[in-house]
Amino acid sequence: MHRLWAHKEKDYNMFHWLEKHPFFFAVGVFLTVAFAGLVTIIPNFTQASRPIIGTAPYSTLELAGRQIYIKNSCNGCHSQLIRPFKSETDRYGHYSLSGEYAYDRPFLWGSKRTGPDLMRVGNYRTTDWHENHMKAPAEVVPGSIMPAYTWMFTNKADIDTAYAEQVTVAKVFSTPYNKPVPMKDGSTKIVKMGSSVEEARGMALAEAKVIAADMKDQDVKDAIAKGNIPEIVALIAYLNSLK
Amino acid sequence: MENRPLEYDYTVAKMFMFTTIALGIVGMLIGVILAFELAYPGLNSILGSGLAEYTNFGRLRPLHTDSVIFGFVISGVFASWYYIGQRVLKVSMAESKFLMFIGKLQFWLYVIGVVAVVVSLFMGYTTSKEYAEFEWPIDIAIVIVWVLWGVSIFGLIGIRREKSLYISIWYYIASFLGVAMLYLFNNMEIPTYFASGGYGDIMHSVSMYAGTNDALVQWWYAHNAVAFVLTVPIIAMIYYFLPKESGQAIYSYKLSLLSFWGLMFVYLWAGGHHLLYSTVPDWVQTMGSVFSVILILPSWGSAINMLLTMKGEWQQVAASPLIKFMILGSTFYMFSTLEGPIQAIKSVNAIAHFTDWIIGHVHDGALGWVGFMVMAALYHMAPRVFKRELYSKSIMITQFWIQTLGIVLYFTSMWIAGITQGMMWRAHDEFGNLAYSFIDTVTVLHPYYAIRGVGGLLYLVGFLMFAYNIYKTMSARPVEEYELQNASPMGA
Repeated sequence: MHRLWAHKEKDYNMFHWLEKHPFFFAVGVFLTVAFAGLVTIIPNFTQASRPIIGTAPYSTLELAGRQIYIKNSCNGCHSQLIRPFKSETDRYGHYSLSGEYAYDRPFLWGSKRTGPDLMRVGNYRTTDWHENHMKAPAEVVPGSIMPAYTWMFTNKADIDTAYAEQVTVAKVFSTPYNKPVPMKDGSTKIVKMGSSVEEARGMALAEAKVIAADMKDQDVKDAIAKGNIPEIVALIAYLNSLK
Repeated sequence: MENRPLEYDYTVAKMFMFTTIALGIVGMLIGVILAFELAYPGLNSILGSGLAEYTNFGRLRPLHTDSVIFGFVISGVFASWYYIGQRVLKVSMAESKFLMFIGKLQFWLYVIGVVAVVVSLFMGYTTSKEYAEFEWPIDIAIVIVWVLWGVSIFGLIGIRREKSLYISIWYYIASFLGVAMLYLFNNMEIPTYFASGGYGDIMHSVSMYAGTNDALVQWWYAHNAVAFVLTVPIIAMIYYFLPKESGQAIYSYKLSLLSFWGLMFVYLWAGGHHLLYSTVPDWVQTMGSVFSVILILPSWGSAINMLLTMKGEWQQVAASPLIKFMILGSTFYMFSTLEGPIQAIKSVNAIAHFTDWIIGHVHDGALGWVGFMVMAALYHMAPRVFKRELYSKSIMITQFWIQTLGIVLYFTSMWIAGITQGMMWRAHDEFGNLAYSFIDTVTVLHPYYAIRGVGGLLYLVGFLMFAYNIYKTMSARPVEEYELQNASPMGA
């Protein structure tokens, strides 16, 4: 017998019973533990995932860039969540709204700002700024502790996987590809998704050419000319889309 | 079998003890590298710019968190289960071929899982969700390992001789159920290769939840992964090892009850404190704050129960380094569970969120409470498992002070860094313009990042001393006694 605790037996009959009946004990624990999740997550579930006007799904190239952002854990140091404080809206722009994230799977809010927030980086940074910065951050921002991402200039972006993700979200979550999406100025925008992977690759390349035209790196230009898309081009397409 | 105690079989416990130490070294070493990368960014390409893709901060960070949480700590939890489970249920693993097989299968699948995790994270396969970075094939492997652990727990309970479940068993059951629920729901993801009809990378998946919902589910998971991996099973350990090592009865059964059921109910509400001022509903944020403060009660309940267990026997804290680890561990637990609720208050969180103060908070819990307790558990188990006395008491004492100093350097530097940065971000000048550009708030942190790196390095050095001590224990003087009672035998 264990003598690891000392107390009067008769005082805690219910708990003693539970401690002799592991099945009911486990059920009791599970119900106690599960309760909070049900109450906090379920009530707002459908409401929170509705897009607001002006929010459109990502294009194939942007989505490939988003996957590169995730692959390199950019979210480990950069947030995408502007809190409703004057200091944050002064620095980063309008505070975040729930509907703006409707097509973000996964969400990329981050939990640490070793570097600045990027939720609306597309509003105030340009393609050539990103090109210079990703190659040598400290030359663009003296004192920066961000590492250089030189391999992104040679690694090829994975357009096929981005396309697979588009097909998946269109099919499973009815993400509105090839459908008109309302914009803030009253117009509509259609984000196209290829009907085949070949078409998707072609569309991504066309989009990549526009971005590469604003870049200086000769390897990038050569790759694009050969029909390959370096990771950096897709990443910049994604960063430019953050508004 | 007259009065002889049962011969327990520690085969599986021993296996997990080895992975605890090995993955502890890996996880902490990567942590130290990361710390110095922030202080000296040149280290991001420490193996040359050709390999910088694999050595930079972003790629290494999930490897650090996951190898510490799911490598070091979970191995320690499994090792302690395969040790404590038999002893408090009064049944030996050797009595059931089936459970022995399950235990070994669980271990080897776990090892395969670890290898898959390391390789895939280095390659950049990640879902981006903190402490749930693994892609879907690994998630499936993890679920299998976890189910096997459940079979082991309930299997051993099924053939037990001691009918009443000791407190440690409550916590192991809770850890098993809690992680199972959280992990399953947070990792609901669709493999895009199959859903799209065969395009792209087979490893890739997309989350079932979008945006704000995804954030809510993720922080419900991540906050409670801290609960059910870094708190609950560690409490299971201390409820067994502290009374065993000190020869003292647990101070209060009533307090154990209150703390256990209180922790189970309250913890799960508090995840919202990671999302203050975000786009999740305001009432969820408020609940997160309020329940975080309430959480002090069950947390301190356990810790006070531990401290009062030493009532009248405080000289043991001075005499035994093993008791030192457990008592300082409990103290850090109290400290950390007070600091957390303070950070969860909305107005404090407005400054603390996104800063290094949070990193400091995590580490005074992880290094001071979890790390100390897992090492204490292994120190207590080693003489019983290897039937040898602990190799060196003086190494233990030196290690204790080196690591304590390391922790103090770590959290003090991160306090200063976090509050400094949080205050600088919000500072406005007399005209209402931002007083600092972002980079000003980065360069100011350099000395604190360097101090933090030194703190982490000291902790790693202490851990290597621990590993050496356990290694030498395996060839130390044999223990004469048939079954050791209480205080662990230690060499000079």
